[in-house]
Amino acid sequence: MALERDKHVAQHALLTLDEAQLLAMYRKMSLIRRFEEKSAEMYTRGKITGFCHLYAGEEAVAVGAIEALYDKDYVVSTYREHGHCLAKGADPRAVMAELFGKATGISHGRGGSMHLFDPDIRFMGGYAIVGGGLPLAVGLGLSIAYKEEPEVACCFFGDGALPQGAFHESLNLASLWKLPVIFICENNFYGMGTLVQNAICQEELYRFAEPYKMPGVRVDGMDVLDVYRAVTEAAARAREGDGPSLIEAVTYRFRGHSMSDPVEYRSKREERIWQERDPIKNLRRRLLAEKRVSEARLDQIDAEVGAVIDDAVKFADESPEPPLEELAKNVYVE
Amino acid sequence: MEITYIQAINQALHEEMHRDENVFVMGEDVGELGGAFKATEGLLAAFGEERVIDTPIAEALIVGAGVGAAVLGMRPVVEMQFADFISCAFDQIVNMAATLRYRHGGRASCPMVIRAPSGAGVHGALFHSQNPEAWFTRVPGLKVVAPATVYDAKGLLKAAVRDDDPVIYFEHKRLYRSLKDDIPEGDFVVPIGVAELRQEGEELSIITYGGALNQCLDAARIVAKEDGLSVEVLDLRTLLPLDREAVLKTARKTGKVLVVHEDRLTGGFGGEVAALIAEHAFEDLDAPVRRLAALDAHTAFSPPLEEYILPNTNKIVDAIRSLAAY
Ligand SMILES: Cc1ncc(C[n+]2csc(CCOP(=O)(O)OP(=O)(O)O)c2C)c(N)n1
Ligand SMILES: [Mg+2]
Repeated sequence: MALERDKHVAQHALLTLDEAQLLAMYRKMSLIRRFEEKSAEMYTRGKITGFCHLYAGEEAVAVGAIEALYDKDYVVSTYREHGHCLAKGADPRAVMAELFGKATGISHGRGGSMHLFDPDIRFMGGYAIVGGGLPLAVGLGLSIAYKEEPEVACCFFGDGALPQGAFHESLNLASLWKLPVIFICENNFYGMGTLVQNAICQEELYRFAEPYKMPGVRVDGMDVLDVYRAVTEAAARAREGDGPSLIEAVTYRFRGHSMSDPVEYRSKREERIWQERDPIKNLRRRLLAEKRVSEARLDQIDAEVGAVIDDAVKFADESPEPPLEELAKNVYVE
Repeated sequence: MEITYIQAINQALHEEMHRDENVFVMGEDVGELGGAFKATEGLLAAFGEERVIDTPIAEALIVGAGVGAAVLGMRPVVEMQFADFISCAFDQIVNMAATLRYRHGGRASCPMVIRAPSGAGVHGALFHSQNPEAWFTRVPGLKVVAPATVYDAKGLLKAAVRDDDPVIYFEHKRLYRSLKDDIPEGDFVVPIGVAELRQEGEELSIITYGGALNQCLDAARIVAKEDGLSVEVLDLRTLLPLDREAVLKTARKTGKVLVVHEDRLTGGFGGEVAALIAEHAFEDLDAPVRRLAALDAHTAFSPPLEEYILPNTNKIVDAIRSLAAY
């Protein structure tokens, strides 16, 4: 499972980015981690119910990719989408309130954890149907191309989505029509309890790009800069009108599939190996090593982020439930 | 021995796989993990990888491959992890499986079972709460069952496995562990197409199935105690083919019918039941047929909204009282 990649390319990227940008990435990753830790806590306390899939461990993928995009670009995700939504700039208060099912939630309490959506920041949704987001991303690309706009649509999905027809249909068409779509597969080795090699005949997932005639790369999804670099290239290509790319980000979810998963299908040893590659600690170590920032500065960011999340939880907790009489509102356009 | 609804499903699978080596189970994480809800727990150890098959996430393929295997005489029991994902396999079910025998002039058949965990009440939000039975009850060639008791969970699944036509088996998630009963051990089947009178009564009939049955029985008990009302409760058990005789019999007997289901009102199966009664038992009715079902919106995540959208015992009690007063 070890990922051999051209490390110095990523190291180089660290040098070319300015400090503000690196710290922004650090802050976002730290924010997501803190958000997920609090979500777990609130779930255990019964404040959050239903199905809740946490992103802890995979932060570098969402943050590296979304930092490489412009604000005007679109993002589509899965049911494990708290991280993408926050990275795209959503208000943590509105996201946490959604997990609580409150009226002030980003989807007004209608969707919950798996169905975040905020068109204002061009976060075009989390989708609880595996593979469900890919055709939609193609449609975003189609609209962008039709209107000759400069944006790209960036679509995240898990390794589990590759066997769905929707994956193949989407890559084919995006390639055929040279649509500005970036397909990012978050390969965390498991779809629930099923290992990738037990579900997919081609374990090197990025190689699915070949038959669909688009560039395919595998990046270290525990390294925010490696993801950043690959998505920067893919976005430039898409904006040039050269069509889609497939990026396989190899990563690991630190927790179970959902809050109710006892995680019996993988070893503690394997988990420890990946914990050591924690993307946040990874970036922190490198920032310190290159003496660009002080430890105190990073601690301060962590503390600030902690306060933001505490505030979000308080906000969610104190927010009202959605009014019952509005149940059928928005079934149709009024 | 007392077992739960989900244990009944598990037992039925064990017994049927033991009885007939052509029976096999296929679905997402049904093997080592025993399924998302543990319905297939222990099957892998008992029957091995060849007959307990973990598939990739690809519902159209799971059903479609089941159809192919069934044509050659296998008896696949395929699992949709949640009934909500059955829509991903819609074409394979309504076009391929349902029409297969007819299309080929009776020269082949499709003896497969599609298990679909359905129902709300677990805060699963829009894509993990659905009751999609009515999408299928209008498709000739399919059979659709929805057990409401532990006994039926086992007996109907065994009947479904032995049936030579494709059967969709809707199992209600909320019942999995909340419903327990002492049922006879060993082999028995509950015939497909036969409804069951759960409670005899004189003044009013409730016709229901699946997750709503126990709420209806609770409501019937409440109105018996508080209002002295005698309510009959008919559990359809099978939706397609519908036990028309049983429906008409209870309607004619009490003259007042309330149809209850957890699926939405508009286009829900209750409409078919109401129409049947209106057409064939009109003369015996003392009141219009009433329906109580989920409101015509999506199952929102918000727990209060979810509670509000779904039928429950209190709402059924109110509906009984209003119909009784007609
Ligand atoms: C169409 C469909 N089938 C099955 C499921 C149930 N399900 C939810 S997540 C999941 C595993 C997905 O794994 P992967 O795509 O690798 O994403 P990860 O959870 O690892 O982020 C499954 C089977 C679903 N949500 N949608
Ligand atoms: Mg995965």
